[in-house]
Order: sequence, then structure tokens, then C-alpha cells
Amino acid sequence: MSASEALRSGPVLARRFDPSQWRQRLALRHWRPAIAPALLLGFFVLASLLAPLLAPYDPNVLAMDKLLAGASWEHPLGTDQLGRDMLSRLLYGGRMTLSLAVVSAAGIVLIGLLFGVLAGYAGGYVDLIISTLLTMLLALPNLLLTLALLGILGPGTQSLLIALIGAGWVGHARIFRAQILSLREQLYVEAAVGIGCSPWRIILRHLAPNLLPTIIVLATLDLGALLLIVTSLSFLGLGVQPPNPDWGVMLNDARPYFGQLPLLILGPGVCITLTALSSNLLGDAIRDLADRAHR
Amino acid sequence: MGRYIFGRVAIIIPTLLFLTVTAFFLTTAARGDPAEIALRAGGQEPTVEAIAAYRQQLGLDDPFLVRYGRWLVALTRGDLGTSFLSPRTVTEIIGERIEPTLRLGLTAFVFTTVVGVGLGVLFGLTAGSWLDVGGRWLSLLLAAIPSFWLALLLITLFAETFRSLPAAGYGGPRYLILPVVALSAGPAAGLMRLTRSAVLEVRRLDYIRTARAKGLTMTRVALRHLLPNALLPIITLLGLRFGQLLAGAIVVETIFAWPGMGTALIAAISGRDLPVIGAYVLLAGVAFVIVNLLTDISYGLLDPRVRLGATKGKSP
Repeated sequence: MSASEALRSGPVLARRFDPSQWRQRLALRHWRPAIAPALLLGFFVLASLLAPLLAPYDPNVLAMDKLLAGASWEHPLGTDQLGRDMLSRLLYGGRMTLSLAVVSAAGIVLIGLLFGVLAGYAGGYVDLIISTLLTMLLALPNLLLTLALLGILGPGTQSLLIALIGAGWVGHARIFRAQILSLREQLYVEAAVGIGCSPWRIILRHLAPNLLPTIIVLATLDLGALLLIVTSLSFLGLGVQPPNPDWGVMLNDARPYFGQLPLLILGPGVCITLTALSSNLLGDAIRDLADRAHR
Repeated sequence: MGRYIFGRVAIIIPTLLFLTVTAFFLTTAARGDPAEIALRAGGQEPTVEAIAAYRQQLGLDDPFLVRYGRWLVALTRGDLGTSFLSPRTVTEIIGERIEPTLRLGLTAFVFTTVVGVGLGVLFGLTAGSWLDVGGRWLSLLLAAIPSFWLALLLITLFAETFRSLPAAGYGGPRYLILPVVALSAGPAAGLMRLTRSAVLEVRRLDYIRTARAKGLTMTRVALRHLLPNALLPIITLLGLRFGQLLAGAIVVETIFAWPGMGTALIAAISGRDLPVIGAYVLLAGVAFVIVNLLTDISYGLLDPRVRLGATKGKSP
């Protein structure tokens, strides 16, 4: 289930932020389902961040005497068809894959937030135009829009980011718009308008804190989906370009050779699956926490 | 009912408009000025006036709406322009690839539905048991495995090690098995989860308890009372699965060298062949919109509450 489907059910987060109530509802035991996935994801993030320290070799250096070598003490995960160390490529690949997923998730949420808040708060013609655009775009599968944008921009890391963000924000904008519409009706917003607060102050001080749980849930759930999309597109040669290491690129590189050395597809595949799995689990756990906090 | 269908049809109009305008820009895109290119083909350096006159003749200077209208008329004749990369028309290139994609997509759709709904009902009815717990982990795992990696694993196992199925290519039913499994895993996992929670939702309701209290067997209650109501909301979600399959097919087709629309699209994006990309977006988008329209209408036919716009009641 996509993040949008999960939250479209209705504006459940319409109450004012209250720290004392939160503390009871978010007692430590409710955090348990989030711990394991957070640790697993943290492990991958840390390993990618520390790649320059951990990697035994330069990920792009060729060794023509050690082509397609199996696991050994010098190369724990073997070497690829150009003699490059697989472990080092996996570590550096994680940097590329994870940062692409994180940046696009952040971009999607930010643009969605921008348009959602604008439509929900401004109302009138602005809302009409944005809402029509949203209805139009939401009737199409997300990946179709991504591919259309990627087709116009041409393959590459930068176009990949633009295409992912350009297609992804639509569902989120609708969720944020619906939340703002219901938040606007709250008494404390009316009071803030009454004492003469500026729209910016109302949005930043009174509305934004209420959107925070949704923002966190959406961003985490997006991360898992984006990891799969980013690696798929790099695998197809449309995203990260070789020789840069990326988990999708590594799997594509291995395609002619994995019959000889199945080890080549094991590492990147396991890494993608585990990071996507832990992001999904973490997203689910955080969503349950957010629901609990606002019940 | 007529009113309901009319409403459903009306809201897809802006989407169709958006799709055709996008496709119009992509398929009529050109590398450089088409008039200049055509005149240069004659061998001589054309003058500025000659180019302007030829542009006039080709209608390139007409207002947007006139060119768009002309393109729509051409579209009804199946004319979508010419590919940048080959002398063939876009209609030829995409046309011959529709059948393989439909064959793969429809088989995967049936497989996804049968496996996803079947296992979802099983896990929903046995909720809490070890079977259900295993099913939860299975669906989480399948949702996280990238389809292209699953495809590579399937090839290693069934084509390389056991040599029981072909690794790639287009042909009889044997060639379909691995691509269909790789393509269906993700969507089936999602469907499994949704069906399970729909079954759980209905299982709690009073009329199920009444049916049990009347002395009906669990099997009979499940078949006659539970499933028809639990599966109703699943129908609308099948339309979304179609979009997921459409997207997944692009990756899976490429790995299994399946001569479908997906492989054509990837080649077109890599080669910046905008007319082919435009045709794909138009065709896939319209197909998706129509499938969603049909699922919406069938939902309305099956559930009177939907077409009458009634608020969702707890019991039907």
C-alpha cells in the first residue's frame, strides 16, 4: 500500500500539539516495532557514510589479473568482471543509492507540502487550479509520469531526481491540502486570525506543527518505495551511469556474468531488499505511533 | 446508474486532455527545424525566405489549437509521426509490441489476482495462527524485493541450475512462467495484505455472527456471507494493480528480452526518441484511465451504496 493510500482515509491529525498527552501515548513500549527496522536502516546508512574508511579498495580501480574472482580473504565478496572489489563497490554504491532515495523523498515531501499548503490555505482560484492539476495527474500511474519526464530530460542522475520529484509530489499535495482544510476550521486558528496574526505566522506556528507527524510518516514510507524505483531505473541504465557504483548499476553490470558467479548479484540484491524492507517496517511503525498519538 | 457513470466519465476528461497534449508535444518534437531539414535534404543551402515559406506550407506556424486539432485528426487514423532513430513510423514500432505486452500483462494480472486474493483470504480466515504470521512476513518480503533482482534469482535457479525453463525470449507458455512470477510478486503482496484486512473487517460484523449462530458451517459462512462482502472493495484496487503491472512490465520485459512496449520505451528513453516515448505515454495512460473507469463502474454496479452516493454503512 502506498503512503498516499494509507493516509487518504481522512484527516486524523487535526488536534493541537500537546506534549503532556503525547508523553503518555508514546510510552516506550509502543516504540518497540520501530527499533529493529531503525537499527537495520541505521546500519546501512552508517556503512554508506563511512564507506571511505571501511572500503578495503578504491571502488573503481581495475585489476585485470583478478577478474570474476570468488570470495577470498582479500576480496570477501569477490571481484566483478573488471576485477573491482565488490565489497568496496557495495559500500560506495550504498552512498549513491541511499542519498538518491533520501534526496528525492525530501524533495517530494517539500514540493507536496508547498502546493498542498498553498491550495488549502489560499483557497479560491489558487485552490481550484491546483486541485484540477492534482485530479488530472492522480488519474495516471506515478511511474508513467516519471518515465515521461525522464524521457524528456534524458538519462542521468540529475534528470532522475527531477523526474522522481516532479512526478511524486502530487499524491502528497492532496493529503496536505485536505489536512490544511480541516485544520483551518479549528478554533485556535480562528483565534489567531482574530488577534491579527499574519498568514505566515499562522502557517508556520499553528499549522506546521500539526503536519509534522504526517510529514515524517510520508517521508519514511516513500523511502522504501523510492529505493526500489531508483535502483530499477539505474538497473535499466536510465539513472546513475556506470562506472559510478550504485546497487542498481551493479546488478546491471553483473547481468552477463552472474551465471558464472552468482555472488555478483547476491550483495546488491540483499542490500536493496533489506533497506527497502526496513524502511517499510519503520514507516508502518511510525504511522502506528502517529495514529496512537492522535487517537 | 446513468448519472453515476456520467460522473465517472466526466472526471477523466481533463486527464485525457492532459495525456493528448503531452503526447502531442512529444510526438511532434523534432531535432531542429523540420522545414529546414526537409529543404536541406534537397542538397542546397535554403534561404531564410524559403524556410519561412515552407514552414507556412507545413502549417508549423499555425496557432497551437490548429496544430493540436490536426494532430488529433491524424491520431484517429493511427498516425503518430516518425521515430527519430529509424525510418519507421511510431505506430509500426509500438503497434507490433502491443500483443506481447498484453500477453504478459494479462497473464500476470490473473496470476496476481488469484494468488493475492487467494492467499489474502486464507490468511484473513486464519488470522493469528502461525500460517498468518508467516503470510505477513512473506508479503513484507515480496513487497521489498526489487522485481529485477527476483528475476535474476529466478533465472539463476530455474534456467541456469535446473535448466528447466528458458532464461529469456518470446515463445510458448514456458517462456511466460518466469516473467509472470517476477512481475506479479510485488503487486500480489500488496493485494494479499489488503484482502487480509478486508476479510478481518467483515469477519467481526454482526451478520457473520448471526449466520454462525443459525448453525451454518464456517465454510458456508465464508463462501456465502463473508467473501462477497469482503471482496467488493478489492475490485476497485484491481485497477491500481494494473498500473503497477504496467510499470513493472517495463523492467521485467527488459530482463527477459520480451519484445513488448516496455523494451521499446527503454530503448526510446536511452536514445532520446521522443515520438516513441510520447506514443507510449499516450497508449499506457489511456489504457490505465479506461481500466480504472471500468473498475469504478463495475463497483457501482455491484454495490448500490456506491452509485447512490450513500455514506458507507457498517452492514450491507
